[in-house]
Amino acid sequence: MNIGDQAPAFSLPDTSGEEHGPDGVTVVAFTCNHCPYALGWHDRLLQVARDYDGVTFLAVNPNDAERYPADSFDAMKQRVQADGGWPHPYLRDETQEVARAYGAQTTPDVFVLDADGRLRYRGAPDADHRDPAQNAVWLREALDAVVAGEDPARPQTEPVGCSVKWR
Amino acid sequence: MKVELLWWEGCPSHPETLEDLKRVLREEGVEAGVDLVEVESDEQARRERFPGSPTVRIDGADAIPLEETEPFSLTCRIYRLRDGRISPTPDPEDLRDAVRRTNEHR
Repeated sequence: MNIGDQAPAFSLPDTSGEEHGPDGVTVVAFTCNHCPYALGWHDRLLQVARDYDGVTFLAVNPNDAERYPADSFDAMKQRVQADGGWPHPYLRDETQEVARAYGAQTTPDVFVLDADGRLRYRGAPDADHRDPAQNAVWLREALDAVVAGEDPARPQTEPVGCSVKWR
Repeated sequence: MKVELLWWEGCPSHPETLEDLKRVLREEGVEAGVDLVEVESDEQARRERFPGSPTVRIDGADAIPLEETEPFSLTCRIYRLRDGRISPTPDPEDLRDAVRRTNEHR
C-alpha cells in the first residue's frame, strides 16, 4: 500500500469482544505483547491516543499465537486488564488478513488514514524506541497535518521493530 | 575467552549489540573475537537454548542472567537497561560486568 492509496476497511474484535474498524481519521498501529520495540514505544502510543480526541486509534496484534503464546488473544486480554484498561481498543487479527492487506512488516508499524480512508503516513512512531522524549513526534506531526486537512511533511519512515510473526 | 553472539534475522538489534560487545572487549583489553551464530529454526533455538535475539555468551554462559521461565524460540529478547527502560539490546555496562566476571574466574 502506497501513500495516497485507499486503505482496506476491516472489522476486528477487541479484548472485550467488540468489533472496531477505521472510522474518520484513524491510526492503525500493528503491535504485539512480546516485542521489545513495541514495548519501548507502547506508552508513547497510548499517550497519542489520549491526546488526539476525535481520532480513531486502533492497535492490532497480528502475530501467530501458536508459535508465540505471549501474543494469544487471552494474553492480550490479560495485558489490557492488568493495565487497568487502555485508551484505545487492542484488536486481534487472528487470520493475519488485515496485516497482510496493509503490508505490515514489523511491530510496531504505524499507519495514519485520513477521513476518506486514504493512507497519509506509514512508518515508525519516532526516531528512537529507547527515548521517551521523542514523544512519537513523527506520528504526531502526521496526525496534526491530516487533522488539518494537509499532507504530512514526512509521509513515510522506515518501520522499526520485530518482524510480524506470520503463520 | 570464547565470545559468541547468537542472533535471529527477525530482530534488527544484533548489529548494535555486536558493536557494543566489540567496544567493551576492546576497552577491557580482551583480544577475543566474536563468533556470530545465526539461529534459523525453532528446533535450533531449543537445541542451542536460545532465549531470543540477541544473546551473548561468554565461555558458554549467558552474559545476562536468564529468567527461568524464558522459553527457547525464535523471538526478540527483552532486556532492561540500568535505568529501567525496556530495550532490545543488553545494557553495555551489563556486558562489561560479564566480561570482567569471566576474566576474574579464569
